[in-house]
Amino acid sequence: MSAFLTIRNLSAMLRGGSQRVLRSVDLAVEAGEVRGLVGESGAGKSMIGKAVLGILPSAVSIVEGEILLDGKNLLAMPPKERRRTIGTVAALIPQDPLTALNPSRRIGRQITDRLVDILGWTKANAHARALELLDEVKIENPERVMASYPHELSGGMRQRVLIASAFAANPKLIIADEPTTALDVTVQKQILKLIREMQARHGTAMLFVTHDLGVVSKVCQKLSVLYSGMIVEDRTVSDFFAAPRHAYSKALLAATPKYTDPFASLLPVDEAVIAAADEEVKAADRGWRHG
Amino acid sequence: MTLLRSILHRLATMAVTLIGAAVIVFFVIRVVPGNPIAMMLPPGASEADIARLSAHYGLDRSIPEQFVIWLGGVLHGDFGTSISLRQPVMPLVLGRLPATLELSIFALVLAVIIGGASALAGTLWRGTKTEAAIDVANGVGLSVPDFLWALVLILLFGVLLPIFHISGRISPSADLPFVTQFYVFESIARLRFDLWWDLLKHMFMPALALAIPLAAIISQLLKQSLKETMHLDYVVLARTKGYGENHVILSESLPNAVLPTLTLIGVQFTFLIGGTVIIERLFSYEGLGNMAIDAVINRDLPLIQGIVLVFALIFTLINLLVDMTYALLNPRLRNA
Ligand SMILES: Nc1ncnc2c1ncn2[C@@H]1O[C@H](COP(=O)(O)OP(=O)(O)OP(=O)(O)O)[C@@H](O)[C@H]1O
Ligand SMILES: [Mg+2]
Repeated sequence: MSAFLTIRNLSAMLRGGSQRVLRSVDLAVEAGEVRGLVGESGAGKSMIGKAVLGILPSAVSIVEGEILLDGKNLLAMPPKERRRTIGTVAALIPQDPLTALNPSRRIGRQITDRLVDILGWTKANAHARALELLDEVKIENPERVMASYPHELSGGMRQRVLIASAFAANPKLIIADEPTTALDVTVQKQILKLIREMQARHGTAMLFVTHDLGVVSKVCQKLSVLYSGMIVEDRTVSDFFAAPRHAYSKALLAATPKYTDPFASLLPVDEAVIAAADEEVKAADRGWRHG
Repeated sequence: MTLLRSILHRLATMAVTLIGAAVIVFFVIRVVPGNPIAMMLPPGASEADIARLSAHYGLDRSIPEQFVIWLGGVLHGDFGTSISLRQPVMPLVLGRLPATLELSIFALVLAVIIGGASALAGTLWRGTKTEAAIDVANGVGLSVPDFLWALVLILLFGVLLPIFHISGRISPSADLPFVTQFYVFESIARLRFDLWWDLLKHMFMPALALAIPLAAIISQLLKQSLKETMHLDYVVLARTKGYGENHVILSESLPNAVLPTLTLIGVQFTFLIGGTVIIERLFSYEGLGNMAIDAVINRDLPLIQGIVLVFALIFTLINLLVDMTYALLNPRLRNA
């Protein structure tokens, strides 16, 4: 069984710093499956997604490890080829729909651009595909929306557009980085449902970044728990909810008021557990010598 | 409706600006010392001669009276007669204006090309030695005024490496078929590329001197605006789509980053045109600026007024143009 995305032993550091922000991360997403990635703010969840998509901030550099996309190591590729490979098989559903669309370009072009420029589709085919997808994400009047500018659409509409755009090129992998946190609670439910439907219909593998164990229980089959850039638990979701192994995960689960409520957020975890987890991080750092 | 109102508002503002400029110039040049009649007569002319000529040009009346007479003429399209050249002001000014416009536009084009290219290069290679070099160049470009660049260029290319002309608008030997004063445009229209090339070789040095400071400002501001967009979500998203950095900068960043630079170019372009006065003098380029200096030296009051009014009109038109372009480029304003 070969996973579509395999991250092996990935460590990243702040440039000029001595601390790792990602600590020997191992993570795999099988074709067609959804893996949740949870952890508190600053744990490095987005960092993992950005590393896969080749959009790490310039202050962060990967010091060790492999990222295999469809069996090919992205980190061994020249930059141009890497971007092309990523653009061809992977896509991002961003966190904030208000800032993720270019204000001076029409919606239609922002959906079709990858199809035409990167994948070489004809404009007519790309246009037809965009209409089809806007319909799938339940946008009314897709022709008119394609001719609009982002500021003419609501936040929920824009997130639908971004979802359509992410699925447009039939990617094998989608990274969704907290795709609902920036939205109103009522809209959150609809968007979450939409992402689930789209994922199931297209059979796309997905790495789903969230704070929210409730969302994980609804959307994901597998789960990785990240603490301070270190994966502390990697399980199927049903196993995890039945019996989390790591003390931090246990505390996390206990701290979630009702994990059956998909919109409950994490509460702070017990200090003793945090201290123990921090000890573990330190031990891992002591045992780690790169190069 | 609102569009019509805003246009009317702009036109009214323009009219007030022009009248204001006319009034100020009219009074200021009459209050500063210097007598135009004394300048035009040979030394030793009699008091009676001076008085007679002063009366002829209406300079014996009070300043407000002179203003009313002048304004009356302007409203009929008569801008008076140049004292030193003894010809009607308007044809003189309009005859020289095209040369200055061509020089200014060429300088603007140079500034946009140089400044724009260096901003793009600095953004593409941000954080490298190339960007550092561009920053240094911009610093130098900004801290040296245009007329000093003119002297540097005259020294460098006129004296040490004489590949460009440093004097005049066109080679005196050239035989001119032109019917308008827009030589550059007309030479293209007539497919006379020999003349076009000769004009360009004359214009290049003064235009470059005018362009360097503006290019530096454009480069600095545009690069800063571009860099600010480089980490925005939509730019990052475009990278995940498979685009290279060149494309990301040109089609994702530039359309959003260019607006502040555009406004700045509008304001700075008026300064650039102001700069033609000295630059044209230094390069003996026969434009309006050169004429303005002669007019001031000769205390040629009607001519000074005519030139200032034309400059003021150009400045207000440029401001109008910038606002319109800004509205056109910004989808938020366009649809509002
Ligand atoms: N541009 C940057 N420069 C330096 N450090 C950064 C940068 N971006 C993130 N970091 C650091 O990297 C670590 C991981 O950040 P990351 O954004 O991946 O967290 P996260 O788990 O996604 O958190 P959140 O839930 O708040 O989105 C944090 O400690 C953060 O301070
Ligand atoms: Mg994040």
